[in-house]
Amino acid sequence: MSEMTGTPIVHAPGFIANETPRIVTARFDYEDSYTLERYEATDGYQALRKALDQNPEEVHNEVRDATLLGRGGAGFPAGVKWGFCPPGVWPRYLVVNGDESEPGTYKDRLLMELDPHQLIEGCLIACYAVGLSQCFLYIRGEMAVAQERVAQALNDAYEAGYVGKNILGSDFSVDIVLHWGAGAYVVGEETALIESLEGNRGMPRLKPPYFPASIGLYGQPTIVNNVETLANLPWIVQHGAAAFTAIGTESSPGTRMVAVSGHVKRPGVYEIVNGTTTFRDLLYGNDMCGGIRDDNQLKAFVPGGGSAPWFTPDQLDLPFEASQIGPQGSMLGSGAIMVMDETTDIPAAALTLTKFYAHESCGKCVPCREGGTWLEQILRRVVTGRGTPRDLELLIEVGETICPGDFPHAAVPSKGIEAVPFPYRMTTICFVGPSAFAPIHSALTLFREEFEAKVAGNENKTMIEVAVDV
Amino acid sequence: MTFFTDENLVIAEEIIGRYPKPRSAMIPLLHLAQEQEGWVTDEAMTQIGELVGTTSAEVLGTCSFYEMFKRHPVGKYVINICTTMSCALMGAGDLMQHAESRLGVKSGSTTADGLFTLEGAECQAACTEAPCLQVNYRHQYRVTADQFDELLEELVSPDHGVPDHGVLSQIRQHIPEDRSVGAVPPEEVTIAPVWLSEDGETQ
Repeated sequence: MSEMTGTPIVHAPGFIANETPRIVTARFDYEDSYTLERYEATDGYQALRKALDQNPEEVHNEVRDATLLGRGGAGFPAGVKWGFCPPGVWPRYLVVNGDESEPGTYKDRLLMELDPHQLIEGCLIACYAVGLSQCFLYIRGEMAVAQERVAQALNDAYEAGYVGKNILGSDFSVDIVLHWGAGAYVVGEETALIESLEGNRGMPRLKPPYFPASIGLYGQPTIVNNVETLANLPWIVQHGAAAFTAIGTESSPGTRMVAVSGHVKRPGVYEIVNGTTTFRDLLYGNDMCGGIRDDNQLKAFVPGGGSAPWFTPDQLDLPFEASQIGPQGSMLGSGAIMVMDETTDIPAAALTLTKFYAHESCGKCVPCREGGTWLEQILRRVVTGRGTPRDLELLIEVGETICPGDFPHAAVPSKGIEAVPFPYRMTTICFVGPSAFAPIHSALTLFREEFEAKVAGNENKTMIEVAVDV
Repeated sequence: MTFFTDENLVIAEEIIGRYPKPRSAMIPLLHLAQEQEGWVTDEAMTQIGELVGTTSAEVLGTCSFYEMFKRHPVGKYVINICTTMSCALMGAGDLMQHAESRLGVKSGSTTADGLFTLEGAECQAACTEAPCLQVNYRHQYRVTADQFDELLEELVSPDHGVPDHGVLSQIRQHIPEDRSVGAVPPEEVTIAPVWLSEDGETQ
């Protein structure tokens, strides 16, 4: 495919091409996809030129018309989010959320390692359209190679006149500063990201204000956008909102990157058509995951990152369309699908997620700090055969201190269980606490018999008796 | 108090200069300190406080929040085995057991020769390539027990390309002076950027 010769490198593996139009992964086939030479040879920075020929407002309108939903997890339309900046308050900043760390999520790192210039061009377009005078590109600390690729790309882009003072000879000037984290999942929450960027402990801020667009970095209007969201902008500006909305559905247009991991034949990162592709297409399609490993039965899957309530084969025909997933009791989140086949020990699988969120609690909200830890400890003793039937109720009681009321879950028609739709109520500032409960709640609701088997025989024992063999 | 080498002090000043407020440079400077020493010393935090205009206690407050900053010496190679769901489903537990017995230390400990620190880590954004691990934050994918042993052999041989613990990106951002817009404290900016008019409309 490549007619230019690139330096041989070890690409971040995982991406698998299919028939879907390639909006953000188009350059992934080139060995030198991350270089300025390759970027320029494949229409790179043409969208920036086109944007600079238009009014900033026209560019903003184009993005709003494209209904580009945020790809970080919440799925909020980027063009609408941009519009929340209060008029007349300056300066405004752009903070790029490259702190990808939601369990199962693997796409932003690929975009940063394999096509950093596409991300840089997206940042420039956003800054131009909204009047953002400085951009901070926050990359997760544990991604050394992504930091290297983006640093090199920024150095080259500055040298070539795409970034910095008087970009391409215009009066548009913006610095993009590479910033990197140091290991804290919660920093992916946008107000925690801002705290971290201010040099503080990465704890989420109290809400309201709900959007940093009103009060963000240094108290100024700040747009926080996910890497994949920004990576879509060059294509949208170049091809127009109409071309973007022609792909997918009206409320979920374009494509999105999803990572499928766990027990499938071809785990990988796929760019899929948003809104219409179903989980069955993705998990069983021959051009995608090709079915469950060893032709086993599918038992359950996490549809949208570790925070999302689980689905079972009953939900396979749902499409990647937020308006259909929410009523069925889960969310699309960050495009991370984790697949469990029939051999999976469900309580043990839930523990691998709950211990993640317990570990990552920042400690600001008591229900999360204490509740997450207790959920992990109780679940761990159940999983290791030291739990009692009372523990199963205790898990729910502790969970309800974080999320009072009905917690969302999927329907199980064979057991007469009906879906409880999104969203949930919560006693915490951010979603880390509820996320510690989500896997437990799903696993207990959908597979209660597996938990009961783990505690069978301990009915008449006290906690100490099951903990210590007496 | 001087901790940073002259060369790193120049880098530190350049990093600080990119932010509208110096304190924003705190995490990058902690990384720079860890790059120089392999871990974050008290002397480093004192000097970082002076450089960004805050107390060493504030620096410790930030430093202690983040997993990657080590407040004690660690191995030349920190091996992080992912233990979150996708990797756990694909055998991370067995890999960790193998690593512990091969290295003769429990997760969270450093080998007696100071070469390897073994840690269980959370999701590393390589979920399709499970089970995965990182050596000094560089990925290894779909790691088998044999591959783990080979990796250890490789790390004690010359020219394996993995820098010592503390070194993250081996390429630094450099903004050329003639291309730099420059960072301005937010309180000094009161008008819209020149490519927009005052009310946010275009000129």
